[in-house]
Amino acid sequence: MSSLTTPSRAASLGSVSLGRKIKDRAVQGLVYLAFALALIPLVSVLWTVVGNGAKRLDADFLNHSMNGVSGRDTGGGAYHAIIGTLEQVAIASLIAVPIAVLTAIYLVEYGANGRLARVVSFFVDVMTGIPSIVAGLFVLALWLLTLDFGFSGLAGALSLTILMIPTVVRATEEMLKLVPNELREASYALGVPRWRTILFVVVPTALTGMITGIMLAVARVMGETAPLLLTIFFTKAINTDPLSGPQGSLPTFIWEQAKDPSQNSIDRAWTGALVLILIIMLLNLVARIIAGRRAPTGR
Amino acid sequence: MTSETGVEATAGARHRGATSLRMSTGRAGDKIFVSAARGSGIVVLAIMAAIAVFLVWKAIPALQDNKANFLTAEEWNPNATEPRFGIAQLAFGTIVSSLLAMLIATPIAIGIALFISFYSPRRLASALGYVVDLLAAVPSIVYGLWGLAFLSKHMDGISTFLNDVLGWIPLFGGDSPGKNSIFTASVVLAIMILPIISSITREVFLQVPRANVEAALALGATRWETIRLAVLPYGRSGMIGASMLGLGRAMGETIAVAMVLTYVPGINIHLLENGGATFASNIANSFDEATATGRGALIASGLVLFAITLVINMVARAVVARRKEFV
Repeated sequence: MSSLTTPSRAASLGSVSLGRKIKDRAVQGLVYLAFALALIPLVSVLWTVVGNGAKRLDADFLNHSMNGVSGRDTGGGAYHAIIGTLEQVAIASLIAVPIAVLTAIYLVEYGANGRLARVVSFFVDVMTGIPSIVAGLFVLALWLLTLDFGFSGLAGALSLTILMIPTVVRATEEMLKLVPNELREASYALGVPRWRTILFVVVPTALTGMITGIMLAVARVMGETAPLLLTIFFTKAINTDPLSGPQGSLPTFIWEQAKDPSQNSIDRAWTGALVLILIIMLLNLVARIIAGRRAPTGR
Repeated sequence: MTSETGVEATAGARHRGATSLRMSTGRAGDKIFVSAARGSGIVVLAIMAAIAVFLVWKAIPALQDNKANFLTAEEWNPNATEPRFGIAQLAFGTIVSSLLAMLIATPIAIGIALFISFYSPRRLASALGYVVDLLAAVPSIVYGLWGLAFLSKHMDGISTFLNDVLGWIPLFGGDSPGKNSIFTASVVLAIMILPIISSITREVFLQVPRANVEAALALGATRWETIRLAVLPYGRSGMIGASMLGLGRAMGETIAVAMVLTYVPGINIHLLENGGATFASNIANSFDEATATGRGALIASGLVLFAITLVINMVARAVVARRKEFV
């Protein structure tokens, strides 16, 4: 980070003309303004979500479903949605994390810039840019239309998996690259096989950073709505079985409630948004704390 | 790159072709682990291939049933007994809204990156970067809700003002500026792509050679002159790549746009008027009522979106990567 030294010191030499000084100040003003502009939506979003969401943040909301509650009724809650979100994200993580971590290990430890490694690396980049709705359409086309399974939490989890893999690969890769080569060589010198070196020397060294990356990826997919609309469909009732039948989720819960014109529904949508943001911010915070506690390695 | 370790380096150099030999020492554990790692890499490739294959496969029947021209028709009636649908309106909405979002977001994002890298107190820099990243942590459904309930109300005044002042430009023209317009959607999109553009731009700024900056300062340049002479020319391709990645992100954004826009059929080049649809918002909005052909049609439109974002992302990555050659 190269903070430039203040130009006012140069001014004491009497060499900076007024025009240049004015231009400098003007740009400085614009740059400060840009940052302030970015803060407005952030503060405004958080403010409206907390302000509108706090109204319905009660025990009823957290332990009741919407079963038998129509849009205009008061009461009702997001219990079914919270269960659904937690299950779907957990399944997605269970599938995505091993694949992603192994892929990163391949790219860093074995790939050696070979052709396959370069192709994989390129497509991981490409995968990062897949619109979330396309991931949903893919699961729809493969899982629901071709293999003929029904809407389920699992289908939703599969679409989240696709969105999660590239993020986790990139984060893990960065961390593995930070592990000093001397550690690997020391381990080889002791006669430790390569796979044990990777599993018991390299990965533990990079572990905190990897966990941070994984948690940030979890937080990211938790807020995904679009793919879920196409894969878990919609239900008002509690469905704890992710393997069969439509399931709820917080993002789709918000989407459904916000579409209903009744104020009671809109209130529920805001509270759903508040709960979702709280979970995501909590994950982010924990991830940052883990990352801050032990930086990967002193290089 | 730490991949080629000292132990394997000599053996590896000679056996470039025989990859599996090079990677394992012949122990069973090594063999299994290598295959698992390489297999995962191949799974990633397989997923990408499967996405393309299955989208095409499921789109074809619907495209064959289509009675209208898929590329030029503006209507979207795939559920009718005689399905007629085309992507003209969706393509227009997607491209215009995300281009506008990119135009709004890029200067602000570069300003933020400059602020964090060069103007803010050094000790605060990483904390400020984290604050901007928080914008990315907010889920799109929350932006949608906020855009619908809060922003669109405040956009009314701005839209009317733009319409009054710039109404002679067709894009800002029209008789009834509204709040659920493509313009409002673009503002929401711009907010959502700010963090990605600014964080990539910041990374580029971090790599500006210190010597260039110091040389400019030594010549008596003011802070702005230093940035203009040493930082911006070096970071140009990075900034272009970053804003293109933002463009790709904006194109695929679904829920926030779907919530803000009210669907009105037909292309309307008056961006301040209500209406418009994008590929993604159309999929989210019409999936519930879609019949088999309807789903196929949505998959076909998703395929087009996939192709467009793929191209944009590849170009953007290439542009960002080009910077490395100059180092």
